[in-house]
Amino acid sequence: MEQMILWFELHQLQQQYISALDNDRLEQWADFFTEECIYEIVPRENEDAGLPIGIIYCDSKRMLRDRVLSLRHANIYEVHSYRHMTSGMQIRVIDADTVETESSYVVVQTLQDGESFVYQAGRYLDVIVRTPDGWRYKAKRVIYDTSRVATLLATPI
Amino acid sequence: MSHLDEAAAAPATVHPLVQFPRTDGSRTPYKVFSSQEVYEREQEKIFRGPVWNFLALEAEIEKPGDFKSTFVGDTPVVVTRTDDGSLAAWVNKCSHRGATVCREQRGNASSHSCAYHQWSFDQRGNLLGVPFRRGQNGMAGMPKDFDPKCHGLRQLRVDSYKGLVFATFSETVEPLVDYLGAEMTPWLDRIFHKPIVYLGCTRQYSKSNWKLYLENVKDPYHASLLHLFHTTFNIFRVGMKARSIADKRHGLHSIITATKNQEETSDAYKQQAIRSFDEGFQLEDPSVLGQIQEFEENTTNHIQPIFPQLVVQQIHNTLVARQLLTKGPDNFELIFHFFGYADDTPEMRALRIKQANLVGPAGYISMEDTEATEMVQRGTRRDPDSCSVIEMSKDKPDQEDTLITESLIRKFWQGYQKLMAF
Repeated sequence: MEQMILWFELHQLQQQYISALDNDRLEQWADFFTEECIYEIVPRENEDAGLPIGIIYCDSKRMLRDRVLSLRHANIYEVHSYRHMTSGMQIRVIDADTVETESSYVVVQTLQDGESFVYQAGRYLDVIVRTPDGWRYKAKRVIYDTSRVATLLATPI
Repeated sequence: MSHLDEAAAAPATVHPLVQFPRTDGSRTPYKVFSSQEVYEREQEKIFRGPVWNFLALEAEIEKPGDFKSTFVGDTPVVVTRTDDGSLAAWVNKCSHRGATVCREQRGNASSHSCAYHQWSFDQRGNLLGVPFRRGQNGMAGMPKDFDPKCHGLRQLRVDSYKGLVFATFSETVEPLVDYLGAEMTPWLDRIFHKPIVYLGCTRQYSKSNWKLYLENVKDPYHASLLHLFHTTFNIFRVGMKARSIADKRHGLHSIITATKNQEETSDAYKQQAIRSFDEGFQLEDPSVLGQIQEFEENTTNHIQPIFPQLVVQQIHNTLVARQLLTKGPDNFELIFHFFGYADDTPEMRALRIKQANLVGPAGYISMEDTEATEMVQRGTRRDPDSCSVIEMSKDKPDQEDTLITESLIRKFWQGYQKLMAF
């Protein structure tokens, strides 16, 4: 029963997370993380080779909010939307308040010309901790297979 | 009338494929961005012509046997470190029936064999063996006069400069160091003055022509207008010392630098704190914009295209060799090879990784570049005979201490016309 509740709660967290990204509620994005956190998007070829470079690297919730502020007010990119599909979540319990999960994702992007295409496939490697506000991401590492980023990446994954 | 005005007024060169209406580089017919015929001619006259093409950092293929699959233009090539430590490159197309020989991006191998019929080649591309060459059980094999020495993979000339590996198809191109030239080598020496460590790459694919990207990295005029990150967060960059220098021989290579004036900048930062408080846009965590001084001149930006497929970049503490690959007239791929120095402190290395946020496909101050080149591609496709207007600072063609200029782009187009015989 406990396992089922945990499974349910972690899925709820992931569903809420992607719902915020897919429905342009980017201002909520940082709130899925703890104050001190890691969020990064790294191509799989670097991850597999043990190389550190990625396309986004944030080591605080403040940096996540900065990213959104910059997207809203500074950066120039085509209006677009994402739809995330996630699957295959594996859960590893570390202690009563910490779990690690791994899951697959596919992001379909739609641009102004009205076409939708697979923009990125990859996996999430998450460290999730229990806080007074519920489960939050302490680390979210996004490892993407689609090594060639189409045009640019603005919205987080 | 200056000699440049005379050049501008001179009758246009007439080529059946493309006509540049002026010879001063200030008008570029849009056809060069979308024509398949122009693209085919570029592969022949440029990428397989008298140029040195950037392939890799030596730091990517350090050990004997290390190899990397890449391209010269759109020709697939493999660059390898051989057992004696030297570098080699060959076209990745089997000398037998034309199949791709090496099917991995990177790896280490003492030899390479084609999966189709297992013809095998050494690290330099020489043919080592052909299965059933002598036949079997009385059945015939290859003809008696089949000479393996005549059937190696097509080999390119390879050379490196300070850890940057280049290759050429040309038998006649000048030595690499002369090709880089006297204006460019001091700036390469500045970045590659001590051993580097490869930190990984990121790749970006743009639905636009490769020359639009070269224009972009020769265009300091757009920097503060397209990339609004600094201005939005009121990070004033007053009193910047600037350089925009082109290769004097052909204009195809160039360097742009911007350097902070320490005193003025700190004043500006103080004023900025007040203003951005008023306006409400301020970074909560400005650590991403920190810069640890590591060069004698503390440039914030060093953008140096080495024609045709390399751009060396230092932005704050990020160090990158960008490789530009053509993928047909309408597409290019950009590969950002990040590196640091072998003697980086842990703090410096951490800062380099954090500042990868600034550049690359999701870079705060670079993500717009491919958006801009795609806007031009879409805008120009239907009007091949119309031209870009490239006039900024044309009255002072030799002024180098400015960022408000399109002179590097004009010089690029002049060099391009010459190479292409347009």
